[in-house]
Amino acid sequence: MQKEMTMPRLGESVTEGTIVEWLVKVGDQVAEYDPICEVQTVKVVAEVPASFSGTVKEILVPVDETVSVGTPIVVMETEADADADASDDDQTTTTPAPTTTQTPATAATTAAESTPAAETTTAGPRFSPAVATLLSKYQLDPNQITGTGHQGRLTRKDVENFVAQRSQPQAPQSTPAKTVAQAKPVQSGLMGRLATDTVQPASSIRKAIADHMVQSKAEIPHGWMMVEQDVSDLVKLRQSEKAKFQQLEGYKLTYFPFFVKAVAQALVKHPRINSSWQNNQILTHHEINISIAVAKGDELYVPVIKHADNLSVKGIASEITRLANAVRTGKITADDMQGGTFTVNNTGSFGSVASMGIINYPQAAIIQIESIRKELKPTPDGLGFKIADMVNLSLSVDHRLLDGVAAGGFLKDVKANLMQFKPGFELY
Amino acid sequence: MAEIDYLQALNQAMDEELARDETLTIFGEDVGGVKGGVFNATQGLAQKYGDERVFNSPLSEAEIAGLAIGLGVTGHHAVAEFQFADYILPATNQIISEASRMRYRTQGDWTAPVVFRAPYGGGVGGGFYHSQSTEKVFMGQPGLRIVTPSTVRDAKGLLKSAIRCEDPVLFYEHKRLYHSIKADIDPDEEILTPIDKAQVLREGDDLTVMSYGMTLQYVLQAAEALAKKGISTEVVDIRSLYPLDKATIVAAAKKTGKVLLVNEDNQQGGILGEISAIINESALFDLDAPIQRLAGPDTPAMPYAKNLEKAFLVQPDDVQAVMEKLAQF
Repeated sequence: MQKEMTMPRLGESVTEGTIVEWLVKVGDQVAEYDPICEVQTVKVVAEVPASFSGTVKEILVPVDETVSVGTPIVVMETEADADADASDDDQTTTTPAPTTTQTPATAATTAAESTPAAETTTAGPRFSPAVATLLSKYQLDPNQITGTGHQGRLTRKDVENFVAQRSQPQAPQSTPAKTVAQAKPVQSGLMGRLATDTVQPASSIRKAIADHMVQSKAEIPHGWMMVEQDVSDLVKLRQSEKAKFQQLEGYKLTYFPFFVKAVAQALVKHPRINSSWQNNQILTHHEINISIAVAKGDELYVPVIKHADNLSVKGIASEITRLANAVRTGKITADDMQGGTFTVNNTGSFGSVASMGIINYPQAAIIQIESIRKELKPTPDGLGFKIADMVNLSLSVDHRLLDGVAAGGFLKDVKANLMQFKPGFELY
Repeated sequence: MAEIDYLQALNQAMDEELARDETLTIFGEDVGGVKGGVFNATQGLAQKYGDERVFNSPLSEAEIAGLAIGLGVTGHHAVAEFQFADYILPATNQIISEASRMRYRTQGDWTAPVVFRAPYGGGVGGGFYHSQSTEKVFMGQPGLRIVTPSTVRDAKGLLKSAIRCEDPVLFYEHKRLYHSIKADIDPDEEILTPIDKAQVLREGDDLTVMSYGMTLQYVLQAAEALAKKGISTEVVDIRSLYPLDKATIVAAAKKTGKVLLVNEDNQQGGILGEISAIINESALFDLDAPIQRLAGPDTPAMPYAKNLEKAFLVQPDDVQAVMEKLAQF
């Protein structure tokens, strides 16, 4: 029989993908889990494994074409036996509408075959808090998932695996509907074009960045605030530690991890900043996952330092180094790129002293760490002057959710946290 | 690198701190002289640093604690050894009412930067007076830190940090770990383990087990055995018994949703119940199974007869069986 394989969902909140390369051609024999093509999603290239074994009959999506998750991409001839056909039919009748056209994943097939008898004898299955939460979040029908726990109990892992495997999941409830226009496609007629101008299509990554920026600026009314802070002690601390650190750890001790630490500590006290405005609801994140911007040539990646509030300055420095290296060598994974709750942008590394960041949608705020520069400042007694190392911190906030009071309170704590960095501070 | 055991790690920690901090004194029953403590933890230190810094005390625990606190208040650091954690009870008033409250009571003017070392735990044929776990007696006294190292590296690093800490620290050492675990430690490396952090010793995604002391060794062995059966275990060394490191505990619980807590002490009224409450408050909707405790029975510790001692103590096979059952829940 012939089966279609569809574009899988390659990460939370990923809705479409571009075929970069086909690794198989018509007539090839493919085993289940063999890579069949490479797909570019927002900022990550991933290999797509075959959902089942068979012979490639037809490739439905050419290279460089972008299709949404769930679109059939290849037709395969399988040597399925009668049993498998029967369970396929079962599946088609019981699956909700969006998935009727697609072939069931292997896991779903076994589910239909091996529903444990134990469960039918009780009044109804009871779910653990974790399972109940996941079923409701992804709006799943528990009868479609095989339980592998005691007496066929549905475990959290069963549900998580099911969510990861199904090729066309419904969007989780917390994901906002995409209401705002994408960046407009390039018109064939270009305005203001001069005879000597050249034109080139933007890369898929540049297009993804453009869409993201347009969505943020169009939806979020940005408010902006900047404060300055004397970080002379931090400069002294880094000066005294950097040679030893480099020798011990093999990479440079920059200022950036100190700022990430100060921000993560402040976020613990200001959950409102670590949140998101969606459909007139406020989604408060209890994890503190810091997105950081990493440039690679013309491309901008925003990998995530997970649970930054649990890390020491050294822990953050090590994570920044790992993520930056992964971006530069193309090894960054979808997992490294998702889950961010707040963004810290190191604009100072370009020499900037003030900038208005565009919020990393759908987060509620972004902070820009500007250059540290020498300035003449009055001494505390007001009688003289000293040369101080000053830094500006620029904060953009979603004004639907946050006002000047919240922004100011947060920045005040970031400033206070920066004061802890002075010679003798423990990096580890 | 040199391979040392848990007891040698403690000795190195005190040796290094005596050399670094001239205000530090170390004392207790049989601690000074050639003996160096009933377990030899302080062996060689009296010879090296003199009888005025490492010395014997009378057989009076209240006096040992009181002397340490007095030294602390007058700007010294002190390590006071209770020969067995069982003997600590006469000093309870000094430790709780005086040492723990000092900073609060004087609005931070005075501190009692004292380490109370206390060898605890059974399985050594010590009977009632040489085998108990007494940590739950001191649990929940703000101002007093309770820590216990369960690795050789932490034995050194935690004790050094405890000596430098400005709070009083009750430092529990499991007697059966003294010579049963060894590790390569670079004698020149300055190890300072954070005093208030739990530690993930092994990562896994099927179940999370948290423990400390001897039972933690059983957990690590069982995790290794279960890995061969395809069960992957996250193991957390609680390390700081009070205050508890909520962030690490909650993150590890959320990771797998199945949590087992193990200790040697009686089940009721101890550290495990408090950990369970923290997880319940912060991770309920990530839980995939009831939080389970595996601990000693609620009978007085600890019988002397070998068979009864074994019946009291959590055994390695129990740990593995409960872990496997939870993984399959």
